[in-house]
Amino acid sequence: MRAFVIAVFAFLYLPIALVVLFSFNAGHHASEFTGFSVQWYGKALSNPFLVEALKNSLFIATTSALLAAFCGTAAALGLQRVGARTRALFDALLGAAIVVPGVVIGISTLVALVQLFAVVNPFLASLWPTDQPPRLSLGYGSIIAAHGLFSMALVTMIVGTRLSSLDRNLVEASSDLYATPLTTFRSIVLPQIMPAVIAGFLLAFTFSFDDFIIAFFVAGAQTTLPIYVFASIRRGVTPEINAIATIVLCASVLLVLLAQWQLGRRKPSP
Amino acid sequence: MPAGSQPAFSMRRSLFRKNLVTALLLAPAALWLVVFLVLPFVAIAIFSVGERAPEGGYQAALTLAQYANLPARATAFWNTIVLAPAGALACLLVAYPVAYYLALRAPQRWRLILLALIVIPFWTSLLMRTYAWMYILGGRGIPALLAYVGIEDLRLINTPGAVLLGIVYGYLPLMILPIYVSLERLDRRLLEASADLGATPLATFLGVTLRLSLPGVMTGFSLVMILLLGEYLIPTLLGGGKVFFIGNALVDLFLQSRNWPFGSAIAITLVLVSVVVLIVANRISTRLSGARRVDLI
Repeated sequence: MRAFVIAVFAFLYLPIALVVLFSFNAGHHASEFTGFSVQWYGKALSNPFLVEALKNSLFIATTSALLAAFCGTAAALGLQRVGARTRALFDALLGAAIVVPGVVIGISTLVALVQLFAVVNPFLASLWPTDQPPRLSLGYGSIIAAHGLFSMALVTMIVGTRLSSLDRNLVEASSDLYATPLTTFRSIVLPQIMPAVIAGFLLAFTFSFDDFIIAFFVAGAQTTLPIYVFASIRRGVTPEINAIATIVLCASVLLVLLAQWQLGRRKPSP
Repeated sequence: MPAGSQPAFSMRRSLFRKNLVTALLLAPAALWLVVFLVLPFVAIAIFSVGERAPEGGYQAALTLAQYANLPARATAFWNTIVLAPAGALACLLVAYPVAYYLALRAPQRWRLILLALIVIPFWTSLLMRTYAWMYILGGRGIPALLAYVGIEDLRLINTPGAVLLGIVYGYLPLMILPIYVSLERLDRRLLEASADLGATPLATFLGVTLRLSLPGVMTGFSLVMILLLGEYLIPTLLGGGKVFFIGNALVDLFLQSRNWPFGSAIAITLVLVSVVVLIVANRISTRLSGARRVDLI
């Protein structure tokens, strides 16, 4: 059994390791390693389209993860204060937001937003005094909203789990000592749930930064890094893509390790 | 009277304030869920009973023609219906021993590290990880190496086998985690009791371990299966236009041929199938183990 487990870990990591190794290949071919070089990184980072896509992805991931962290934490706190029925309804919707395949989320958001814009844009145009009314269209906003849906549900679950294991005695002691609810929240609850909030933010960022399929539908004219990489892969495999993949992989690994470290603080659990 | 009504009034006021705070806390999430989950779903439900406008897009109607037309994408449905359960099953067969080892056999100080090594790929870009296999199976990867030793013209990429491999690779962590959680919560004394009562190791495994880990198995299986029903990247990159999934059909209908009503009907069907999968999985695990569902995180 141990041999089998080792083999599975090798299966999980060898392909990634190969991609990283060949991003340093001086030659062009995947079949032979002709020498060490960082030229592909230089090529990748001097490609203006790629840099633009990277900036877009960073902006979208940061914004959607921040929004998700705020709204998700608020929702997790709110859900502690409601009856079983409201809670069940929220849990069902949050569960759906996590489980429904990205393709369906992407499609339905696309359909709903296009219909919405078809109604709102003429309305805006009729109200606007000048000839150049603002036009709502797909882009940053729609990607952030669609990514935020999954991320918010994720943060709510992570923070909710932490809240349910919160030490109630401390909260009661605090209010017995005449602390206002706000003071109790700031000095007792917030410090205890903060690692979960940070972990939720980091995982939300990772999700948004890595997502291809949802953005593919709702990006409109914008390009995110995964969309750019997907398009280049379809044109052909080059070591330049290996270099980008290596950067993205390293960033994800770092963020996930940070998130796990945050979740592991104060409570020795995975 | 005034003396008595004062506390009642202030109590009502504090109750009102408490409800207001609750509502404010929940409002952003509720708004988000309604605008970006419920309404879009209603929108595609409406589209799915509509008609395609002549220039593409949507024309209002009330017809089941789109659903009647589903057999037009029979190949995509067939591939998905065969490869999604097959992929989930292959994942399960690889995942169970790993989860078992992690939960019950691994040395304590290794456990968290090994678990982290499972979680990391789960949160790493599926696109990049699928790309890795494109790289390995593609013409300049393994086939080129095999050509050195005389095996020529071996085609690995763009085959159903490559898609299956990509599926196992992509979804293995998602299968391992819920099984690990259910095995880790297992009461070890039950295993001792079973052995003390003369059960063989195999009987203990089948009667106690496997049975009690079924909720985790069903959670993993149904999650992987549902996500596979909507998979697009793996069949596109490793199946190379030869192995079509429902996800490919949806991308085609929404982004290329712009037949939104038909695409919506397929998407609704996909969601209904997912719901059925979830309900069946939940039933099986409750009936066989008598336990409640397992948390995801």
